[in-house]
Amino acid sequence: MYTSHTQADREAMLKTIGVDKVEDLFQCLPDEGKFPQLALPEGITEMEALDELQYISSVNETPQELISFLGAGAYNHYIPAGVDSILRRSEFYTAYTPYQPEIAQGTLQSIFEYQSLIAALTGMDVANASHYDGATAVAEAVNMAYHNFRGRRKKIVLSPTVHPQYRDTIHTYTKGMDLEIVGENLKPEAGPDELISLIDDQTALVLVQYPDFFGRIYDLTKLSEAAHAEKALLSVHINPIALGLIKPPSEFDADIVTGEGQPLGIPMAFGGPYLGLFATKNQYVRKMSGRLAGETVDTQGQRGYVLTLSTREQHIRREQATSNICTNQGLIALASTVYLSLLGKNGLQELASLNYHKAHYAAERISTVPGFMVNPLQPFFNEFVVHCPLPAAEINKLLMAHDILGGYDLGQDYPDLTHELLVAVTEMNSRSEIDFMVEVLEEETHD
Amino acid sequence: MTEPTIFELSRPNRKGIRFPAPDVPLSELPKEFLREELPLPEVPENEVIRHFTNISQLNHAVDIGFYPLGSCTMKYNPKINEETSRLPGFSQIHPLQPVKTVQGALGLMHETQRWLAEISGFNTVSLQPAAGAHGELTGVLIIRAYHRSRGDTKRTKMLVPDSAHGTNPASSAMSGMKIIELTSDDRGNIDLDALKAECDDTLAGIMITNPNTLGLFDENIIEACQLVHESGGLVYGDGANMNALLGIYKPAEMGIDVMHFNLHKTFATPHGGGGPGSGPVGVIEELADFLPAPLVVMTSAGDEDNPAFYDLINPEQTIGRVKSFHGHFSIIVRAFTYMLSLGKNGLKDVAIHAVLNANYIQALVKDVYHIPYERTCMHEFVAEGKWEDAPGIRALDISKRLIDFGFHPPTNYFPLIVHEALMIEPTETETKETMDAFVDALLQIANEAKTDPDILHNAPTKAPFGRLDEVKAAKELILKTQLPEDY
Repeated sequence: MYTSHTQADREAMLKTIGVDKVEDLFQCLPDEGKFPQLALPEGITEMEALDELQYISSVNETPQELISFLGAGAYNHYIPAGVDSILRRSEFYTAYTPYQPEIAQGTLQSIFEYQSLIAALTGMDVANASHYDGATAVAEAVNMAYHNFRGRRKKIVLSPTVHPQYRDTIHTYTKGMDLEIVGENLKPEAGPDELISLIDDQTALVLVQYPDFFGRIYDLTKLSEAAHAEKALLSVHINPIALGLIKPPSEFDADIVTGEGQPLGIPMAFGGPYLGLFATKNQYVRKMSGRLAGETVDTQGQRGYVLTLSTREQHIRREQATSNICTNQGLIALASTVYLSLLGKNGLQELASLNYHKAHYAAERISTVPGFMVNPLQPFFNEFVVHCPLPAAEINKLLMAHDILGGYDLGQDYPDLTHELLVAVTEMNSRSEIDFMVEVLEEETHD
Repeated sequence: MTEPTIFELSRPNRKGIRFPAPDVPLSELPKEFLREELPLPEVPENEVIRHFTNISQLNHAVDIGFYPLGSCTMKYNPKINEETSRLPGFSQIHPLQPVKTVQGALGLMHETQRWLAEISGFNTVSLQPAAGAHGELTGVLIIRAYHRSRGDTKRTKMLVPDSAHGTNPASSAMSGMKIIELTSDDRGNIDLDALKAECDDTLAGIMITNPNTLGLFDENIIEACQLVHESGGLVYGDGANMNALLGIYKPAEMGIDVMHFNLHKTFATPHGGGGPGSGPVGVIEELADFLPAPLVVMTSAGDEDNPAFYDLINPEQTIGRVKSFHGHFSIIVRAFTYMLSLGKNGLKDVAIHAVLNANYIQALVKDVYHIPYERTCMHEFVAEGKWEDAPGIRALDISKRLIDFGFHPPTNYFPLIVHEALMIEPTETETKETMDAFVDALLQIANEAKTDPDILHNAPTKAPFGRLDEVKAAKELILKTQLPEDY
């Protein structure tokens, strides 16, 4: 269907090749099993395909039909129209990895600007061209710390309030490394300072999330000092929107900063593709995996960009490389680059404050409902834990009956937290939506 | 041509977007946590759009011209796939919504798993992996988990042919495997004697790319897989070259046990300047229990009154999660749209024309460019970019000169077993006229190489940029915009 040859073209080409028919090109394949009859339907036209896909998509319920307070690693934020307008430029989306810099300066400059923006946002010296998502960025931080100590330090101190799916991913990625991962069994209510007693001279990395999976903000100064006293690295996983308001991890002297970049102009899209932010200090740049664009000049002296330090990467070092990653999230990194360019300093500050105020309004209102409680002393950003009078799963069901996606039931990952609901509020939630949820909670849980 | 960076376009107090004023009472901000400096640019919307539009025009892309970058399958990306992936019912759903509110998405994923399984002959397919290399890591971890589940912990040796893509050994090393490189024989196939010598009770498996990176169908594949199986190992298939096999041959029938697909190659999802890709993994029945979590399953087939019901499960002996949530969903929507559009005959047509096109170009250039393993090729072939009577000319020079003709150069940096490689993959979507023009350019360049080599050394001269100084970039290492002190 997307091929162009006429019968005459094919015949002329076969003649040039010196065979009679196309089947002859497959002579070296085993006869048994060749040209199978696939148990699949015939093709359809573009009109029919659109119709079919429109139907399938209409079966899903979106935030247009549902009021959503669901976050837990993916957030419903406004995406400025300019973002997709740039993503639809096929000069960007139909190009590949910029192996030939003379005809790939668009991609290379956008990666360079992405690196610049992420370094500025996180306060770190240098950012790579991105990983697949937040989970794999965190796993690569473990990988980097392991290689930083040449595999001699085997201990990773991992906070129980790092996203449960990210922790799972770390365990999968490090199966071949013989690591000791400690800290996950601590009570999740505990703050980062509880991790300090676990750090010793065998610790390669201390890994926390900020704000953590429960939305809480903590001062990481003491934890950082304790890690560095044992010469271990500190890795901090961030929410990029929060950094419009709160101190970047660089102020706690973090060695590695990772993040899930989805809030930066990337649709929720049922979980992907997202964006793994990864930044570090200059001294670790050669230990960092992933693509890097660097500034240089061309033969005419024009400023331009190339992929650099590729000697770290798998296509040169093969099994000696620290990671097998051979791409970045190209177009998704571009989306976040355009997003951060449009928002800029003022926009991101404004947005972060808006999220903060709405979330705090919601927390305060929910706390007024009998039986519901939000810890009033705990600083948080745009997500918070609500203690419910019933199991969180049941609260979600009650809310769903009113077309409200309540939040994330923490009992799914923390067996002791069956009555705790993780609620996210963004700029997309109006005051009337928040008030409506509170009304429903009042009505449905009223004795 | 140099375009300022977005930081250089910044002026204090400019804005690219406004947000509504808060409709809730303001809360007290956490003073001890407040950020003082936020050194992001301040640029109005029209300048942002103009900036990125301007730099976009410095790219070559499939929509601009021929892109025969070997091993990357730079085929045309149908526009309908862009539309379907952006339908609000797909783009706006949250990955943790209750499954009953996302039955369309789960059903689409289940169908995609089924199509890929039917095309490849595998029992079960997981859509989790984010890219080809990520699929390799997943596959090797599955092999590891399989051996360990049988108490066979000493199987840590992974064989990788010398023609393999660099991600193969790197993925195996990340999984804790010991890598042994296998030589190729003089027809570009796996050397069976070299393989036999490594087949023992420490063998975890072998990573095979077939068609291999020379663009050749491995004539020893059936025997090689049998040898590995007889010694208790498993066969990993790198599906990078699946474009040659759609509707032609099912990889599972060759004896491959686990394989990744590249949706961004074979199934026409755009390469996006380097990502996002998608690298689903298919496995034989014995390995289905080890697939990454979660997997989409149909829990009820439905009937006249009720639609089918889909759910997410964790396979019993799963290797765990390889990323968050459910894979690169919006890429999967594009690939599904593509498969649905083509149907079974359209898929076979893709492979036939991909192979026809590659052989056509090979036939027209082989008398001028030496083909080290000259056979009927599959969807791509590898030529040498060097001649004895053109000393000082390297494959890279030919590549740079091709840019002057408006073509993207072929792959140069691998396979490592061919010196000065030009790996050419036209794909099925190119016209005969485009390929003829490309061949004319290659022939002219071969002539120039011998008569006026400086044209090649100085190329490109018609691109927006001349050759860039990679040594300077690595030495000075400027990895972000250098801002003035008072920014």
